[in-house]
Amino acid sequence: MAKYLHVLSIGIQNTLVYRVNFLFRAVFGLVPLMGTLFVWQAIYAGKGPDAMVGAYTLQAMVSYYLVVTFVDALTAVAEDDWQIAADIKDGAISQFLLKPMDYLTYRLCLYLSGRTIYTAVALVPVALFAVYLREYFLLPADALTTVLFSLSLVLAALLQFFLAYTMALLAFWVLDVSTFIFIQFAFEYICSGHLFPLDILPPALSRALQCTPYPYLCYFPAAVYLGRVSGEALVQGLFIQAAWVAGAFALARWVWSRGIRRYSAAGG
Amino acid sequence: MRIGIMHQLRRYASLYGALCRISLVQEMMFKVNFSLWILVETLWFALQLAFMGVLYEHTDQIAGWTKWEVIALSGASQFLMQLVSITVMTNLTNLSELIRTGKLDFFLLLPVNTRFLISTRKFEAGNVFNALLGLAVLGYALSRLGVTPSVLQMAGFALLCAAGLVIHYSLMFLLAIIAFWTVRAQGIVWGYYNLFNIARLPDGAIPRGVFKAVFTFVLPMLLVSNVPVKLLTDRLHSPGEGVVLLLLALVCLAVSEWVWRRAMRQYTSASS
Repeated sequence: MAKYLHVLSIGIQNTLVYRVNFLFRAVFGLVPLMGTLFVWQAIYAGKGPDAMVGAYTLQAMVSYYLVVTFVDALTAVAEDDWQIAADIKDGAISQFLLKPMDYLTYRLCLYLSGRTIYTAVALVPVALFAVYLREYFLLPADALTTVLFSLSLVLAALLQFFLAYTMALLAFWVLDVSTFIFIQFAFEYICSGHLFPLDILPPALSRALQCTPYPYLCYFPAAVYLGRVSGEALVQGLFIQAAWVAGAFALARWVWSRGIRRYSAAGG
Repeated sequence: MRIGIMHQLRRYASLYGALCRISLVQEMMFKVNFSLWILVETLWFALQLAFMGVLYEHTDQIAGWTKWEVIALSGASQFLMQLVSITVMTNLTNLSELIRTGKLDFFLLLPVNTRFLISTRKFEAGNVFNALLGLAVLGYALSRLGVTPSVLQMAGFALLCAAGLVIHYSLMFLLAIIAFWTVRAQGIVWGYYNLFNIARLPDGAIPRGVFKAVFTFVLPMLLVSNVPVKLLTDRLHSPGEGVVLLLLALVCLAVSEWVWRRAMRQYTSASS
């Protein structure tokens, strides 16, 4: 266990080097978000006072995007998938086959330390942004909601990591994984609720999406935060989310064991 | 003198032709990858259109823009962004690497304008398909709107798109050459990519304020796609915006050239 704590601290030191890069990323990332919010404001303004889109008032819509930004800062994979693919291509994983260290746990530690630093850096512009939009910003309704939101956030982060990890392992089979990662990311971007809340879609489509893991990456935690899902549905949702995490973990392990069999340690 | 300029133009045109051929040959070594990148770009474009589709499920107009007008705007902005990708995007992203490793020296020694070479050496042929796709979506949206642009409007559209390309190029070039001072600038150029996202928004949706002023006059994202589409759809009531766009293109180009010369003057290679 201690050795992984060590990895965690090395990871934090390494990512601290990129804090300016992170700051740029966080600030530039807010620009399209502001654009989207302006468009929503224009839509609501065109519909007259007390307008609703789906079950959302303008205030609920804006706070949805704010929560999504927060969830994204805490869970998104930044460089991890590229680095894993590069490790496989350069043969850097060979050392993990010899050392008593599990590669998946090692990467998970690096992911967690990366997210810690990113969140710390991104907190400044995101907090300023939240202050700018303070009339729209809602805190969770009560302590229980906060706890359940935190739980679903952790599950979302794990799911995100295992999916990215598995995608990166494709590097065992193909020369360039970036196209596959971008294709997966495109689906994730729209199906996880990054672009808009999924329940403004036609009901059939929205239900179909609930059968995929994507909503549990982003939409579900945000819905918990905003109190849009409660009672039995919430508990059920958390169980489904946990099941996806377990499934993604099993898949990651399985793909790794298949990949290792093909692995030829190029470049040693 | 005239013959001199014509000669130079022909020389650079044939040089550009050669660069395109080399890039194409390189691309064709990885055909599957080449097609997959086309698929990736297409998918992201489809995603943007799907978002607009979802928005218009819930409203008839956004700041006076109807669904097909906004889709025309998405098409035009996709076209422009792909033009940037075809010609300069990859090269500018790689510039900081050239500086960091000292490979830039090699380009400085060639008997060709350095800025021309580092901006254009890789031609992304795959994006040609996606640029045409953007144009096709624009054309389809116009036909749904029942608009048939005149020859003059089309010529104006081409001119304004060229101005947009110059603006995107100059601003990205400016961001890329920050690397002369900071060494790592890939993140900065990547950040610019985010700005393309607001170019496809109808400008009327953005309220007056700092945000609008910055993205109209400093980084004119709200002009580059909006103005050409407004010209095609007869929404441009006075030539003012078009003139502003053309002037800004000249200003951006001049500023980027000035900063480039300053950067060159203080460049001390990293290799030796």
